[in-house]
Amino acid sequence: MTTMETAIRVTATGPGPERLWRDALAAGDLTLPFCLDCGRAHFYPRVLCPHCGSNAIELRRASGRGTVYSTTVLRRRPQDGGNLNIALVDFAEGPRMMSRIDGIDPEAVAIGLAVEAAIVEEEGAPVVVFRPVEGA
Amino acid sequence: MAGRSLRGSAAIVGAGQAGIGSAAGRSAFDLVGDATHAALADCGLKLSDIDGVFSATMVNAMPAVNVAEYLGLRPKVTEGTNTGGGSFLAHMQWAALALDVGLCEVALITYGSNQKTGAGKFVSSSEVVPFEAPYKPRYAVTPYALAAARHMHEFGTTREHLAEVAVAARTWANLNPEATARGPLSIEDVLSARMVSDPLTLRDCCLVTDGAGAVIMTRADRAKDFPKAPVYMLGVAAENWHRWVSSMPDLTVSSASRSGPRAMEMAGVGHDDLDLVMLYDAFTITPIMFLEDLGFCPKGEGGRFVADGKLRHGGGFPLNTNGGGLSCVHPGMYGLFLLIEAVRQLRGECGARQLPDPKVALCHGNGGHWSSQVTAILGLEETL
Repeated sequence: MTTMETAIRVTATGPGPERLWRDALAAGDLTLPFCLDCGRAHFYPRVLCPHCGSNAIELRRASGRGTVYSTTVLRRRPQDGGNLNIALVDFAEGPRMMSRIDGIDPEAVAIGLAVEAAIVEEEGAPVVVFRPVEGA
Repeated sequence: MAGRSLRGSAAIVGAGQAGIGSAAGRSAFDLVGDATHAALADCGLKLSDIDGVFSATMVNAMPAVNVAEYLGLRPKVTEGTNTGGGSFLAHMQWAALALDVGLCEVALITYGSNQKTGAGKFVSSSEVVPFEAPYKPRYAVTPYALAAARHMHEFGTTREHLAEVAVAARTWANLNPEATARGPLSIEDVLSARMVSDPLTLRDCCLVTDGAGAVIMTRADRAKDFPKAPVYMLGVAAENWHRWVSSMPDLTVSSASRSGPRAMEMAGVGHDDLDLVMLYDAFTITPIMFLEDLGFCPKGEGGRFVADGKLRHGGGFPLNTNGGGLSCVHPGMYGLFLLIEAVRQLRGECGARQLPDPKVALCHGNGGHWSSQVTAILGLEETL
């Protein structure tokens, strides 16, 4: 990951928050939108804070730490890619996202598992996945 | 408290179904036409009497407009809001409102799909979901599997509890000659079926069928002029909390916890007044969560609530007496079939599965990924 010097402020004109989030991700930085008025984080990126309606939003580098909120294994035939983990992960900062837990058997992923984010490239685009925290 | 209540202001006077199960060679709109023909025959109205059309599909950009054209209608009210599989219960709310203020006189609510014989698989929206698509979820099962897993984790709900919902539905389907899936089904059959997305097996998932439904509504002041007993809308309420499962606040609570109490308050009924409960059963976890959210049992107790077999035919808690989406019919969007079964039960038309003298029914529709919930209370004239 690169080191983001400062938070990225979402402005009223120019690229919207989703584009800014994707650009940061492509540069190696996983960010989360924070509201400068109520202080709460949200996901996915929006121009208005879904908690309070403020449009004073900035993207801050995420801790990358999270916890598995729920998990399932989509059963697929080997020729269709094999069994696939799909999970909902709660960031330490509060928001939740859909993701996949890598580095562990899909069926061994358990609710409550401590995970950390990684950015991988799939089909030419950066994708946020999570892996179990070492030693957790 | 603003305005006056729509309680009892409109009634379903005609209902029809068509192509339930398999309708090879017929298009979705053919089936809409068949169901509309049946609903008109049921109440004695003519096609040209319809001046309000309400419909939704997962495949058409302007579904109600398509329906009106196919049927050769020029409606004054054309309403196609899509809030998912339960849309048609919300359409009943808008139809009652339109009828009440005189925007239209005869409302048709209809839906049809040939997704079994036409597409051969469950047809869902082609919309790409930017923050879920990279993880390759399969809609609709992924959101419901995630909710089932969380419910099991928080409350100790078991796969056997889930399976009981499917087994109970089958006991009713076995008494319904129209039901698509009939024959014996045991808890073990459900548990040992092919796993689709943990913890849900194929038998925890609704059917993929063809099928269409139609209901005709009028204002209450003329509802008694038709051949069959009118079924009045006593209450209706909706609430929407999110669209995609990754934005669902708590995977063990749906907005049915809000729509249900408001619909029952509008109707002026309590749980003990309900003779029939029709809950959208896209997956076995859905009725379990709705039983909790609608107040039939405390939050988290849904699995244990159903475990004694009370949902089965003769078990004392008549739920989904047509066999539900799990065993009767599920052509992609199922909500309208909840209303049609309630109408048939209240009129006493259900043959071997007929309940003794039911007067009030609760129907609950689900849309999207637990997203949009709508509850409706229907009743006979004596409940007005």
